[in-house]
Amino acid sequence: MSTATAKHDDHGHDSHGHPTGLMRWVKSTNHKDIGTMYLWFSFTMFLFAGAMAMGIRAELFQPGLQFFQPQVFNQLTTLHGLIMIFGAIMPAFVGFANWQVPLMIGAPDMAFPRLNNMSFWLLIPAALLLVASIFVPGGAVAGGWTMYPPLAIQGGLSMDMSIFALHILGVSSIVGSINIITTIFNMRAPGMTLMKMPMFVWTWLITAYLLIAAMPVLAGALTMMITDRHFGTHFFNAAGGGDPVLFQHVFWFFGHPEVYIMILPAFGILSTIIPTFSRKPLFGYASMVYATTAIAVLSFVVWAHHMFTTGMPVAGQLFFMYSTMLISVPTGVKVFNWVATMWKGSMTFETPMLFAVAVVFLFTIGGLSGLVCAILPVDIQVQDTYYVVAHFHYVLFSGAAMSIMGGVYYWLPKWTGHMYDETLGKWHFWLTTIAFNVTFFPMHFTGLAGMPRRIPDYSQQFAEFNMISSYGAFALGLSQLLFLYVVIKCIKGGAKAPASPWEGAHGLEWTVPSPAPFHTFETPPVVK
Amino acid sequence: MNKRTILSFCTVFLSFLASSSVQAEYALNLRAPVTEIATQIYDLHMLIMYVCIAIFIVVFSIMFYSLYKHRKSAGHKAVQFHEHHMLEVVWTIIPALILIGMAVPATKTILAMKDTREADMTIKATGHQWKWEYEYLGKDVRFISTLATPQEQIHNTAPKGEHYLLEVDNPVVVPVGKKVRVLLTAQDVIHAWWVPSFGVKQDAIPGFIKETWFRVEKEGTYRGQCAELCGKDHGFMPIVVEAVSEEKYNEWIASKKAAAAEAAASGDKEWSKDDLIANGKTVYEKNCAACHQANGAGLPPAFPALTGSKIANGPIADHLHIVLNGKNVMPHWKELLNDVEIASVVTYERNGLGNSVGDVLQPAQVKAAR
Ligand code: HEM
Ligand SMILES: [Cu+2]
Ligand SMILES: [Cu+2]
Repeated sequence: MSTATAKHDDHGHDSHGHPTGLMRWVKSTNHKDIGTMYLWFSFTMFLFAGAMAMGIRAELFQPGLQFFQPQVFNQLTTLHGLIMIFGAIMPAFVGFANWQVPLMIGAPDMAFPRLNNMSFWLLIPAALLLVASIFVPGGAVAGGWTMYPPLAIQGGLSMDMSIFALHILGVSSIVGSINIITTIFNMRAPGMTLMKMPMFVWTWLITAYLLIAAMPVLAGALTMMITDRHFGTHFFNAAGGGDPVLFQHVFWFFGHPEVYIMILPAFGILSTIIPTFSRKPLFGYASMVYATTAIAVLSFVVWAHHMFTTGMPVAGQLFFMYSTMLISVPTGVKVFNWVATMWKGSMTFETPMLFAVAVVFLFTIGGLSGLVCAILPVDIQVQDTYYVVAHFHYVLFSGAAMSIMGGVYYWLPKWTGHMYDETLGKWHFWLTTIAFNVTFFPMHFTGLAGMPRRIPDYSQQFAEFNMISSYGAFALGLSQLLFLYVVIKCIKGGAKAPASPWEGAHGLEWTVPSPAPFHTFETPPVVK
Repeated sequence: MNKRTILSFCTVFLSFLASSSVQAEYALNLRAPVTEIATQIYDLHMLIMYVCIAIFIVVFSIMFYSLYKHRKSAGHKAVQFHEHHMLEVVWTIIPALILIGMAVPATKTILAMKDTREADMTIKATGHQWKWEYEYLGKDVRFISTLATPQEQIHNTAPKGEHYLLEVDNPVVVPVGKKVRVLLTAQDVIHAWWVPSFGVKQDAIPGFIKETWFRVEKEGTYRGQCAELCGKDHGFMPIVVEAVSEEKYNEWIASKKAAAAEAAASGDKEWSKDDLIANGKTVYEKNCAACHQANGAGLPPAFPALTGSKIANGPIADHLHIVLNGKNVMPHWKELLNDVEIASVVTYERNGLGNSVGDVLQPAQVKAAR
């Protein structure tokens, strides 16, 4: 990576009359303001979908039906999944991209600031549609976030609202991606060649391509669903010559790249934090770029590993098993690179580093359980069980969400101009990590022992582990309120942050003052 | 043995976590396999898990060693290296080789799983919201299998039984040692037929027939569940398979046939209104109450109420027609229920559930309307 010399431009000038108050945000075309809005939106959705998870865990606390009727339970799991994925994780990463990409490549803003404003504000109607769908007759969507027909076709009005919401989110993602790609290709500071770009920028560049390739495929599947529901087509109805499994193919052609959309930017954050607190450059920068690219390409040829029980022909089963196993090679390379980055460093363990180390450790558990799922005969036993639930929470909560938390702590001083409360940050870290494992580790056992996922009630042999999971989940939920408190406290005040608060940090964002002024890099810095 | 010690160590550690060690042990790992395929899967999983644990231990011992040794607080100075080609090649190739080692046994098992040839018998299983229908092809045996756990247990007003949620009224019965081919399809949405001890899980897809097979080696009762989200009562459509000796199996087939003949005979006689209503109540609660609710109130808008409904209080022919042929989400019961059952349930719906039309439907009329 590069060391940089840059002109400091501290003059937070206001010469062309920005709107103030609410209008500052509604009309904002500033990448920092929009980034902030994305992050708050994401956190709101995170708490909302998290509250639904609390409902799920309350119902599963004991065998028997206690709080929710089965249909309502299915609505909770479905909305929890949809909102976490599309409302919490994805917008959080776009928020990071908005804040960090221009700062890291020395650009004054995003390439298309107005488009940027639009891609944020599209999120609001989409979120309102999803939330409002809870209150229409028949309640929210209940067919799972994967929305398999024919079940999804049975859904009521809320299904149409959700499809519409996902279409809007898709437009927002595609527009945002075009913006990010253009910014990265056209607005890098002089001297910053592609192979000198910070790893976070690289991972986002690749993610943006994945988004552009994958979101239209989701839109296609959803549009076919809408026409099946209302306009008499039979894409997914065997009675009319269609095939319900066709939907699954199209959905997972989007869905598997989607999981990498949610993890690649996290890899970027880790690859930024670990070198900083190891006081060493990232190990294997070039192989990291190649591994990320390899993962992105491979992610389009593994989709049917989600469909091993549909009864594919044996050739298909073998192909998708081998390709899925193959994808764990580049994933492994990344983990080795992070460990090698720490090796012989001079490490300190501030909150961002704690998160980063925990993510490497826990994400690897999720990667290895992914490998177990990839072994088709084993997957026959674990697919649609709690084992898969454990797998994807290890990659998505401890992989994506905890990277986001680490990244927030890492850049908060830059964003707010204050240091966050280190003691409380560490408390948040330990509570989150311990509660996370108490919640999700036992799910490996319940899954292996045969507990199906998406059920509101279960037989008695699963009682102990479910109770443990529920206790963990409540603690995990509560711990996130501490996160909120730490962030607000940091915005309100705290020790003044210098331009570069971390001893080992490199990169252009640390050459501007903290908080980063409204306008930065109006004259591009020069990267040597 | 080495494997054993690791396993028992894990078990001890985990039973410490759970309050009841006996149940914890049961609920830790894949269920005890009783077919060749399930045994292969069990071993494959153990192998892969041990390899994964080994890799994990190696990688993270190095990481934790480094975290400890290379701390700034311990005075360690960073060494500024950032690549090592040899190392990078090695740690790409070694995992690739390990993966090939895993792929070989996995491929063998897949080929065996897919080989449904030369089956001794065939059962067709059809998923319905929310029950399984079984047909023994060529044997003229067909029945529906529904959850037997009483609602009171589910709603916590009665203590839960030993096989809570994993018990059915009519289990599938198969002979041990015979290769049983299962054909799977569904009537409404996708379900999945899963019996963990057999290593069998296959989606049941409406409009398509998929196949799988098993050969049980040990007599016993094996329990599974629907494994694909199929709507409201997805968690309440278990699968129970009893593996018995050949003689017992033949006896069972004979008794099923006798029962079917008896039911057909009772369809030829004239039924009294009270008998129809009484029988209809049982049929209703088993088949209809999941959607229309035990009291007939339904769950609008998805599932309409029957109490006071136009159909249940209108012309009896229309009422019979919708029960026989279904409508949208409402299944067609033509193939699922016999004449007596349909006559009873229609009569019950018109004279119970708060309705009092007063008329009766005889099995003979149902037969005529089919
Ligand atoms: C080494 C890398 C990985 C491998 C080999 C792998 C493999 C698999 C397989 C085979 C399944 C299907 C399991 C089943 O349904 O039976 C699965 C499910 C899933 N994986 Fe992964 N995975 C990997 C990494 C990831 C990552 C990085 C993410 C996300 C950040 C992820 C997210 C998911 C999700 C969300 C599901 C479940 C989807 C659903 O059915 O709702 N996986 N994975
Ligand atoms: Cu996948
Ligand atoms: Cu089902």
